[in-house]
Amino acid sequence: MERFAALLDALVYTRSRNAKLELIADYLRQTPDPDRGWALAALTGSLDFPAVKSSTIRALLQDRIDPVLWTLSRDYVGDTAETASLLWPEPDGARADPPGVSEVVEHLRRMTRSTAPAELAALLDRLDASGRYALLKLATGGMRIGISARLAKTAFAQAFAVPLDEVEEYWHGLEPPYAPLFDWAAHGQPPPDTENLPLFRPFMLAHPLEGATIDVTAYVAEWKWDGIRVQTVHAAGETRVFSRSGDDISHSFPEIAEALRIPAVLDGELLVRGSHQGGEEGGAASFNALQQRLGRKLVSRKMLEQAPAFVRLYDVLILEGEDLRPLPWSERRILLERLIERLPASHFDLSQMLPADSFEQLAAIRATARDDSIEGLMLKRRDSPYVAGRRTGLWYKWKRDPLLVDCVLMYAQRGSGKRSSFYSDYTFGCWDGDPDQGAELLPVGKAYSGFTDEELKWLDRHVRTHTVNRFGPVRETDKSLVFEVAFDSIHPSKRHKSGLAMRFPRIHRIRKDKPAYEADRIESLKALIRD
Amino acid sequence: MMRPPFSWIRPEPWGIRIEPAGCWIDPARPVDRALITHGHADHARGGHAQTIATPETLAIMALRYGTGAGAVPVEYGEELTLARGVTARFIPAGHVLGSAQILLEHAGERVIVTGDYKRCPDPTCAPFEVAPCDLLITEATFGLPVFIHPPVEDEIAKLLAARDAHPGRCVLVGAYALGKAQRVIAQLRLAGYAEPIWLHGAMERMCRLYEDFGIELGPLRLVAEAGKADDLRDQIVICPPSALNDRWNRRLPDPVTAMASGWMRVRQRARQRNVELPLIISDHADWNELTRTIEQIDPRESWITHGREEALLRWHQLHQRRARALAMVGYEDEDD
Repeated sequence: MERFAALLDALVYTRSRNAKLELIADYLRQTPDPDRGWALAALTGSLDFPAVKSSTIRALLQDRIDPVLWTLSRDYVGDTAETASLLWPEPDGARADPPGVSEVVEHLRRMTRSTAPAELAALLDRLDASGRYALLKLATGGMRIGISARLAKTAFAQAFAVPLDEVEEYWHGLEPPYAPLFDWAAHGQPPPDTENLPLFRPFMLAHPLEGATIDVTAYVAEWKWDGIRVQTVHAAGETRVFSRSGDDISHSFPEIAEALRIPAVLDGELLVRGSHQGGEEGGAASFNALQQRLGRKLVSRKMLEQAPAFVRLYDVLILEGEDLRPLPWSERRILLERLIERLPASHFDLSQMLPADSFEQLAAIRATARDDSIEGLMLKRRDSPYVAGRRTGLWYKWKRDPLLVDCVLMYAQRGSGKRSSFYSDYTFGCWDGDPDQGAELLPVGKAYSGFTDEELKWLDRHVRTHTVNRFGPVRETDKSLVFEVAFDSIHPSKRHKSGLAMRFPRIHRIRKDKPAYEADRIESLKALIRD
Repeated sequence: MMRPPFSWIRPEPWGIRIEPAGCWIDPARPVDRALITHGHADHARGGHAQTIATPETLAIMALRYGTGAGAVPVEYGEELTLARGVTARFIPAGHVLGSAQILLEHAGERVIVTGDYKRCPDPTCAPFEVAPCDLLITEATFGLPVFIHPPVEDEIAKLLAARDAHPGRCVLVGAYALGKAQRVIAQLRLAGYAEPIWLHGAMERMCRLYEDFGIELGPLRLVAEAGKADDLRDQIVICPPSALNDRWNRRLPDPVTAMASGWMRVRQRARQRNVELPLIISDHADWNELTRTIEQIDPRESWITHGREEALLRWHQLHQRRARALAMVGYEDEDD
């Protein structure tokens, strides 16, 4: 466990991506099986120990330290595992030998809700502060140390000089501690067999266009539909629907899982039937309608009738045993157009291409996206293969321009992770009438991004010096600061007093020049609703 | 009619006023008569008509603000009459060279203003003395139970180990120019490190001042005087925290950036400062020192000037002790 703890500490303090890769690769090369497999699972967020929750740790600590002191400490440190590792009382006398990673995992797997507190305490007593931090991070999943699963896999590929694409490919069929993966990469065994399993293949992703222009003859344009990106896979008689992160969501969309009977891996947008996006022709309901169906374990017949889902296909990755990913997009498209004839039209249709003779014409098409309630455009190089992740120059997303309103800062809360101790989460509001006639501010949204590190420092100071009230970790400010808030769209919501909910709000500009009474009113925000 | 206790001490957001003597302790704005606990800029500001402090603190202030008129030196332990019936005594606080607690006596009440202080030994300043009092006006910079400073020897060993682990590079340590820098140097010497230690230009005069007061720091060199980057390979360089991520360090050979500060106990604070090697070395009392000191002094009441006062207030409540927080402004110790 000490080696793993030292690795986590070193990763926390290392900025450079290459240095991080080297640290992880070194660890993977030098650590025996199965410890390194478990560590890799921890770094990629693939471990789940249901018996240990953040609340388990909180309860454990509150038995040993005053709850108020715990809360103040947790609020300052910004991380439950770290706070607990620092506050854990050192045992009297010498510490027993620290446990190894595999031993810790064995314990964690066997724990139940009722045995967890005592077992966890016994493990904590055997570790120093760094080891306790590593143990608690391991136990609760989410490392939150700035290491993405992708980075950890890249380090794995680097450690054993194997291609990253192959690592990604085999990854999804395996469970921690990934013995077959290490057998292949580190011990020269044949690779794991994945061909005949309904597995997730990593998505190809797009870069934002960010003011660049493209040659319309080299790229094809499609609408960027406002649903969720899914991969539908049929293999070995089974069909699975995977979300963008590779989560299996088949149980929420049984009608899709039943509709694909041809061995294939398809990339598309999951939508619900309707006329919100792009009118009758567009044929898709709003994202809100789709949201009703997400995350359900059981889907009622009524739900299937009221909000029927379908997949609008963008691409085909594998078809009847043939891997099409190395082919250019244009060839895959021809195969996809032929395939769609063999799929039930009730559950699959084709994402249409948007012809444009010039970039200006493309810009004009994009300008209609807001009226059509579509997120924007996708631009794909006609000759591009289907590659995992974001590859520069191949795919671009060109979202519609955001909506902008002026809001007043009302409450602030400290952030976590690298923003710990900074007031970085802001709740802002708009006037429910004429501020000169005694109107009040009602919260309309919350944002914690869009500002620079310098602006964050300024905002933190502003909050500290303009606090009028405290409610636990929340500070109420004197409502003097105006934010220009950018957001993608706005919807009616019963959850908020203002009756509004923004999508993707972020701080666009800090308007130090603008007096609070000139901020926008609720009524002008309501006028922006397109539901 | 009974006078309420301690009514002759008036806490204002910009300093503590001793009413019957018409003077202030560590005021954040220019006043006629100021008593200064120690030389850090947030406590010792220039521009007072009369400044009463230890000779060391006055020398530090002279270095920073030029020789001010109206400097009144007071030795540790010397009793000073501020006004009829109000006396003051400066007692070592163990924070930095010349730092003092100020013990005030009036109408049978004893009040101690700790200023900033620490309890662990420091070869560069006189150790904290415990003196009894009725009212303790204390700092709480590290007033959270997560702040426990490990033994300084362990942290110095980490620094030396990092130097050995990265041959061909240098270790750049960010440290407060007053106090922390000299303490890190002195601790390195105690650990047997005899090579020259390289300084950022902003450190030089303060180190000389320490040496003038008899604190031996061993061979010191200025980075500006290094002929080429190669001279600094495998060396230890000390700079103010503000220079850690500054263009200044481009002349250094691939530095391992370290920072000596109590805040380094929390990982994300180290990350926020881009630190690769956090060294938990503080000139402030940690949680255990704060609470142990209050128990030892055992005052009737505590006032908390600045820092994480909520947790220390809670501790008082849990131990059936009277305490209140003074909302003092302008004392910032982000770099300690």
